[in-house]
Amino acid sequence: MTVKKLAEKYSFEVLSMPEPEKEINGGYIGDLLSWVMGRAEASNIWLTIMTNMNIAAVAQLSDVSAVLICEGARPDSDVISTAKEKGVNILLSADTAYNTAVRISSDI
Amino acid sequence: MSESLNFHFDVDGENFVSAGQASVQVKKNLRRLGLPPEIIRQVSIALYEGEINMVIHAHGGTADINVFEDKIEIILADKGPGIADINLAMQEGYSTATENVRSLGFGAGMGLPNMKRYTDEMKIESEVGVGTTITMCVYLK
Ligand SMILES: Nc1ncnc2c1ncn2[C@@H]1O[C@H](COP(=O)(O)OP(=O)(O)O)[C@@H](O)[C@H]1O
Ligand SMILES: [Mg+2]
Repeated sequence: MTVKKLAEKYSFEVLSMPEPEKEINGGYIGDLLSWVMGRAEASNIWLTIMTNMNIAAVAQLSDVSAVLICEGARPDSDVISTAKEKGVNILLSADTAYNTAVRISSDI
Repeated sequence: MSESLNFHFDVDGENFVSAGQASVQVKKNLRRLGLPPEIIRQVSIALYEGEINMVIHAHGGTADINVFEDKIEIILADKGPGIADINLAMQEGYSTATENVRSLGFGAGMGLPNMKRYTDEMKIESEVGVGTTITMCVYLK
């Protein structure tokens, strides 16, 4: 499923979507950035509660299809603008990472 | 030495938020060269971990990326405190990072292991009080 379709289907708030047609293949949940870079695979959707600036670089360098920020956490506007510049998709879920993952699992 | 394409960056030791600029630029450059995405991903992550380490542990340094016909070489050099026990530093989970760095999601002690994981060769030369030079290679098969 593409990032755009996933966001629509589950009503995730879209903060940044420069690459709506990116395909999602599997997912990874984590907040420690080196674990994400070591374990997430290209095209995974990355579920996290981290909102600082470094998530944009980590997402871009590790080729994840989108960052799905859970628990209603919300990054600052400068993170969002950087993500847009870097071609990084950012979605928001009000739910926990676990519940969010369970909900979307059949589509990724 | 055969001909190569070289990129040089100064890594600012003060700015943690903007850390990763060399990695982002190198990723763009390697894409333009049309290299395979998986190779670019390996180089980008290894370089980013190295950049972050120079920022959080060594007050900055330099990054040199040399693209050869058959491999990409990454050389990270700093004049930081050095690494006393390289074997210990290489262990997953070992970290001397501060609480502040950890709160940003770094300092998991997985940086050096990731650099090893994503490269075909890795050499660490370090002297306490003098600095650290890490040389990594990713082969272009
Ligand atoms: N460039 C460096 N200069 C000095 N010490 C370093 C450097 N890179 C790594 N280290 C040491 O090695 C440890 C492990 O590094 P790493 O695996 O990247 O984990 P982390 O950066 O999360 O602490 C660091 O905590 C630090 O003590
Ligand atoms: Mg590190």
